[in-house]
Amino acid sequence: MFRRASRSLRTPFLHPRASFATRALGRLPNSQSPIVSQPHFFNSVTGSNEQIPAFRLLDGTGVPIEGADLPEIDEAFARKLYENMQLLPNLDNILYNVQRQGKISFYMTAYGEEATIVGSAAALEDNDEVLGQYREMGVLLWRGFGLDNVMAQCFGNHEDTSGKGRQMPVHFGSPKHHFHTISSPLATQIPQAAGVAYALRRTPDRSNSVAACFFGEGAASEGDFHAGLLLASTIPSPVVFIARNNGFAISTPSSEQYYGDGIASRGPGYGIDTIRVDGNDVLAVLTAVREARARSLDQGRAVLVECMSYRVGHHSTSDDSFAYRARSEVDDRKRIDNPLVRFRLYMESRGWWNAEAEEELKSRLKADVLKAFKHAETQSRCELSELFTDIYGGEEPWNIKEQREDLARLLKKYGEDWEPWRVELQKFKNKGQELSTK
Amino acid sequence: MTTNTLRSLSGSLSRAGTTATKTRISVSVRRRNATTATQTNPAASVEPPPAGGHLPSIAQSTFLKQTRDQALKTVGIKWADTELDEARGHQSSALGSGRETRKMNTYQAIRDALSIALATDDSAIVFGEDVAFGGVFRCTLGLAEEYGRERVFNTPLTEQGVVGFGIGYASMGMDGRTGKGGTAIAEIQFADYIWPAFDQLMNEASKFRYRSGGNFDVGGLTVRCPTMAVGHGGLYHSQSPEGFFLGMSGIKVVIPRSPLQAKGLLLASIRDPNPVVFMEPKVLYRSAVEQVPTSDYVLPLSSAETLVSGSDLTVVTYGTSVYRCEQAMHLLNNPPEKGAVGSNIRDAVKDWANHPAIKSNGKGKSPSIELIDLRTILPYDLPSVLQSVQRTGRLLVVHEGPVTGGVGMQLAGEIGKRAFLNLDAPVKVVGGWDTPGVALQYEKFYIPDEIRILDAMLEVLAY
Ligand SMILES: Cc1ncc(C[n+]2csc(CCOP(=O)(O)OP(=O)(O)O)c2C)c(N)n1
Ligand SMILES: [Mg+2]
Repeated sequence: MFRRASRSLRTPFLHPRASFATRALGRLPNSQSPIVSQPHFFNSVTGSNEQIPAFRLLDGTGVPIEGADLPEIDEAFARKLYENMQLLPNLDNILYNVQRQGKISFYMTAYGEEATIVGSAAALEDNDEVLGQYREMGVLLWRGFGLDNVMAQCFGNHEDTSGKGRQMPVHFGSPKHHFHTISSPLATQIPQAAGVAYALRRTPDRSNSVAACFFGEGAASEGDFHAGLLLASTIPSPVVFIARNNGFAISTPSSEQYYGDGIASRGPGYGIDTIRVDGNDVLAVLTAVREARARSLDQGRAVLVECMSYRVGHHSTSDDSFAYRARSEVDDRKRIDNPLVRFRLYMESRGWWNAEAEEELKSRLKADVLKAFKHAETQSRCELSELFTDIYGGEEPWNIKEQREDLARLLKKYGEDWEPWRVELQKFKNKGQELSTK
Repeated sequence: MTTNTLRSLSGSLSRAGTTATKTRISVSVRRRNATTATQTNPAASVEPPPAGGHLPSIAQSTFLKQTRDQALKTVGIKWADTELDEARGHQSSALGSGRETRKMNTYQAIRDALSIALATDDSAIVFGEDVAFGGVFRCTLGLAEEYGRERVFNTPLTEQGVVGFGIGYASMGMDGRTGKGGTAIAEIQFADYIWPAFDQLMNEASKFRYRSGGNFDVGGLTVRCPTMAVGHGGLYHSQSPEGFFLGMSGIKVVIPRSPLQAKGLLLASIRDPNPVVFMEPKVLYRSAVEQVPTSDYVLPLSSAETLVSGSDLTVVTYGTSVYRCEQAMHLLNNPPEKGAVGSNIRDAVKDWANHPAIKSNGKGKSPSIELIDLRTILPYDLPSVLQSVQRTGRLLVVHEGPVTGGVGMQLAGEIGKRAFLNLDAPVKVVGGWDTPGVALQYEKFYIPDEIRILDAMLEVLAY
């Protein structure tokens, strides 16, 4: 059943960690734990008072740090990385304001996390299965989901291929892009990722794919996080867990989210290879996730990557973060630790980028976004009858049929005359006719 | 966010709004041109939907107490200090006449109740996700500053943890006594996110007393959560999950309809000797405003309230739907001159008036509706509902949650069983459809609004 069982299901006696400290006092019979004669408490996964190190390649000014082995990337790939990173704030600026004008109901920006999201997307294969939280639109865009699909989902119009306007904005999904539909309840995707990966390893054609599971450091407090990591390591499944540690879960700073050493410290507790990376360094993220992916495939097991970043934007359009953090703190972070600037400076140092290219890119991206926005804005919603579809596969149960007919009856009776309904019906494709004339 | 921050945010951003031609200008430029944009673009002043939603019609409700006098005469109100006075043998100050009231919306009234709970009970703690800065709906605003972070605090993001923690705390007295006594007031950020805690509620809190033969209980636990739809919450910020709690004996479930009710019912829930799940209709946080007594008082649990007396149809509801029922009754009593709504009302009322039973007792020409706010969902006040239906012979139940497995069907079963011979029409339930959640763009046709409620009233009356 396990194609990689020979490696991943080896007996505990060969476990690499079992060999590090053989002592004369012997071992416990069933855990291989070496026996010691002094009580020894420990509270560190590094074995010292040092925190888990963070992997970085470029410093804040885009200069490679001492000892850095940069990944080999050419100019075209570097430009693709940068353009995808730049697309996010350009899109966020417009959609944030569109929400403020009441044209869409909600929005969430990815300000500050561009390198984490795009660097991860670039390290994955485009058919790796992605299970996201909600701030990972950049992964979909990297895979060619397209601005029209983004807009259609946010406007919830009849072109919304993610969910027919049933979900709030930013709840994207696309089987074609191997991106599982976002759901608002936090962390539910984490154990699901273990199941997805297990399915991958049972499917011969997919033996080179992993599941990539994104979540915030806040979501990592949910029981589902622990369940997910435990399952993916115990029932060996190739999952790359990518924790976006952006310092906040709405108003709650990470200092109140956990007392231990971040999310990374939990990986070894589940026997999972783990790395912490500077999430604002796109090359470091790219390198770390590539390596994580390779390990995950090679061992058929989970790997954990913790990307350290900072949520520059408000949590969402429902939030005003200056109620709980200083504006200056945000401004400082934006200025000192800006993932876009860092990579841009690196590109400039290689002669791959300049002010002219920057101007050209920004106006092109803005024009693209506005074009998609204008198109989406004028589209109607799906047909109203979609309210009652996709509930069950197979035969429609009597209650759903009866309720659909009841709404049809009501529309026939009051649809023209009752002003709130008359106005609302105009927003739907067919204006509800397909229901009321049936 | 607060109304102020919301206003200022929307203000500054709508000032930066766009016109068809101006949209091409970069955002930063638009910000600089803020004032001109306002003048040239009226559409830019459209407010974004507030997080908690808004239902303007609620402001006109006659159920909201507009004066101090009305507020102090609230039915069933019990002032906390009267008990003390009585115990001391003093003349009771039960008469509310000397008391203060203040205009509050629902989140302010909840905050007021929490503040009183903290001030009057040293063991009380208030906690949950984002509670310390005031909560995403502002219900705990300033409490951490006032009572300290030891008593009002953020938890990590885990609902099962939050409720489990609350259960543990409530099983310990302040004096170190094992078994019962602590007051734990937990917040779950949205009712939609209570499911990770369902196990703690169902298998632990509800059975705590029973399984220990009364040795242990967690009566001090109250779990607050915002519930119901607001107009733009989609599948996961709109649900009304109270139906799932109906089989959870040992737990009480309470849903208030207004600020004054919320304060009294919340204080009663906190002090009730049982764990309570207190669901707050989130559209009412801002939309419902009334005079609320500032002193400490409770309103009775498991006691429905008759808001309007009537003789021909009993309508039972709770939460946000109370106001939609009020509007439907208003339509029924004032049918529009022209159009389908008016003619349907007149036809149905005629049919009703010609009913032999109605004719024979000469009740008159227009039906009168009795409106009941159930307030406590579990254990619910069946006697009041039954007594009403025995008089009116007709029952309609209205709620936002789905019909199947909902409160309406529970009541329909009990009333059908006990009042079969009194009924002139089958019991009718108007609820959300049995779709898996409230779909974003379809919400206006999901939530039972006044026209759907009116139609159901007519159907039951004309049966
Ligand atoms: C189960 C559940 N509980 C609460 C919420 C409300 N909520 C939405 S986002 C959020 C914070 C998440 O923070 P984090 O995981 O760090 O992600 P970030 O927003 O920082 O990207 C909360 C509490 C939810 N969606 N689901
Ligand atoms: Mg976070």
